[in-house]
Amino acid sequence: MSAGQPPFDSPEIRRLTPVIGPGHTYGSVTDKISAIVLTRPTSLGWYVGFLIAFSIMGMMTVAIGWLIIKGTGIWGINIPIGWGFAIVNFVWWIGIGHAGTLISAILFLLNQKWRTSINRFAEAMTLFAVACAGIFPLIHTGRPWLAFYMFPYPSTMGLWPQFRSPLIWDVFAVSTYGTVSLMFWFVGLIPDLATLRDRSVRKPLKIIYGMLSLGWRGSARHWHRYQSAYLLLAGLATPLVLSVHTVVSFDFAIAIVPGWHTTIFPPYFVAGAIYSGFAMVLTIAIPLRKAYDLEDFITMRHLDNMAKVMLSTGLIVAYGYFFEFFLSLYSGNKFDVFLVQQRLHGPYAPFYFALILCNILLPQLLWSYKMRHNVAALFLMSIVVNIGMWLERFVIVVISLTRDFVPSAWGRYSPTFWDWATFIGTIGMFVTLLFLFVRVLPAISIAEMRELVAETSEEEK
Amino acid sequence: MGEFGTPEELLQAVKKVREGGYRRLDAYAPFPIEGLSEALGLKRNLVPAITLLGGLAGGIGGFCFQYWAAAITYPLNIAGRPLNSWPAFIPVTFELTILGASLAAVFGMLALNRLPHPHHPVFNVGRFTHASSDRFFICIEAKDPNFHLEKCARLLQEVHAHHITEVSDD
Repeated sequence: MSAGQPPFDSPEIRRLTPVIGPGHTYGSVTDKISAIVLTRPTSLGWYVGFLIAFSIMGMMTVAIGWLIIKGTGIWGINIPIGWGFAIVNFVWWIGIGHAGTLISAILFLLNQKWRTSINRFAEAMTLFAVACAGIFPLIHTGRPWLAFYMFPYPSTMGLWPQFRSPLIWDVFAVSTYGTVSLMFWFVGLIPDLATLRDRSVRKPLKIIYGMLSLGWRGSARHWHRYQSAYLLLAGLATPLVLSVHTVVSFDFAIAIVPGWHTTIFPPYFVAGAIYSGFAMVLTIAIPLRKAYDLEDFITMRHLDNMAKVMLSTGLIVAYGYFFEFFLSLYSGNKFDVFLVQQRLHGPYAPFYFALILCNILLPQLLWSYKMRHNVAALFLMSIVVNIGMWLERFVIVVISLTRDFVPSAWGRYSPTFWDWATFIGTIGMFVTLLFLFVRVLPAISIAEMRELVAETSEEEK
Repeated sequence: MGEFGTPEELLQAVKKVREGGYRRLDAYAPFPIEGLSEALGLKRNLVPAITLLGGLAGGIGGFCFQYWAAAITYPLNIAGRPLNSWPAFIPVTFELTILGASLAAVFGMLALNRLPHPHHPVFNVGRFTHASSDRFFICIEAKDPNFHLEKCARLLQEVHAHHITEVSDD
């Protein structure tokens, strides 16, 4: 703990760094958040940002279209490296999604009030990240129009999926995760959609929001069941989120490839997922609060807490790297030992060292109170961690596949233009969806903010 | 229907109205209020039970289905390994348990709440738009056996409701 920081969680620190700015009432939080959607004119910045993101997404559409015409040969993958960018990006995106569920479910169960103003857009981020993630395995199949083969349906061929395969587990884990995240998000939105319905002046908007809100009227009987359903969903989403990245890590750990076949993968993948996810939440939250003057709702306390979560999950990830390294050497398995050497001295060593720099060394700056309270520096740090986590997946996928058991099966991998176009294109899609989201839906849960106002006003009494 | 400015006033009013012998009443609030369910005398709800059933159906159904697919209808003999390789079925069973329970929780909650329900008589009250923002309402329904329009209005006045309105049914 550095100098000048008040003791942890004392009344003093709560007063200095509140979860909500002073002087807010039920009406003012409602006005402020719903105004972003309903009355505030769409800024020029929004149009410019949206247009850029949308064009990048267009690049993805072209890249995928060309892929469907020509086949996966346009990518850099070839035997022995069958996985390449598609799997690296899939794991990266799905990991990013995890922070949204963590914030909305686990912090809800732990009764952490500071989650309130960030959970809505973090959940949206989860959904969009899962959408981006889902694209990759789908197009990686080579014939995406036959992807429905992976689902169990009574086919005339009499075939059923191989339920012993981790790749089928992945199908179930990711589709369940997408469905549950969507429901969790939508259930949370219902009361806010009712607010938008009641506050919009234009008739078409009233009808659209009215339909989406399902006729929510805030009845105490409804709230009664709503709260228990929400709590149960949070309780269900918590083990789910841990299971999803565990299953993703099984894709690797069940295989006997050196560097993958290790029991530390599930916990270390989950920690890595939360790490990258919190980095992405910060990457989004910092410009969002600035652009829409939400500093009262997404306060320094939020940024500070998120930075701390990043730091601690980053340390778990560092522990994972260390033990991966140690167990390979300690096992005495010559292929594993060789793989460690390849990480340190092989053709992809610069990526490995960049990964250590981005994921372990630089984030140690977050120990400093000053660093955590410097918004610009925090933003840069979140980008560094995002890059680091992407490199981690690159190192895992590529180094192991290019250096397996016999030298005759070794190879090299480098992504092509189309690999990059697809990857950067999904970032464009993610940002496009975020732009649309902040424009048409409340980016902060209004109902929960009102609850927070009620609780904080009670505390003050 | 009576309107209030704070959750505390609403809670007080609900208690008084219940003491006045009315049972068919509902309260409307922009966010869930601690103690309101108890004040209204709401019993335990069925959402947890439905969720449990959904989870059990998803889990048991999911496992049995995998067993059926892998061991009965489409057996693959791979070096004589057992067909009922149950540990390999656990991840999908787990995911389907969560999926079943979550679907049951959400759709069970909506069904019990009779949602979607786009129109409801309370929306006829102009000021009711504030129920989703900063005002709290209590509504005594005409179905209540003790219901008497003027007595209800007087009772609501006694509990200091700001605006008292009659909710029409059409």
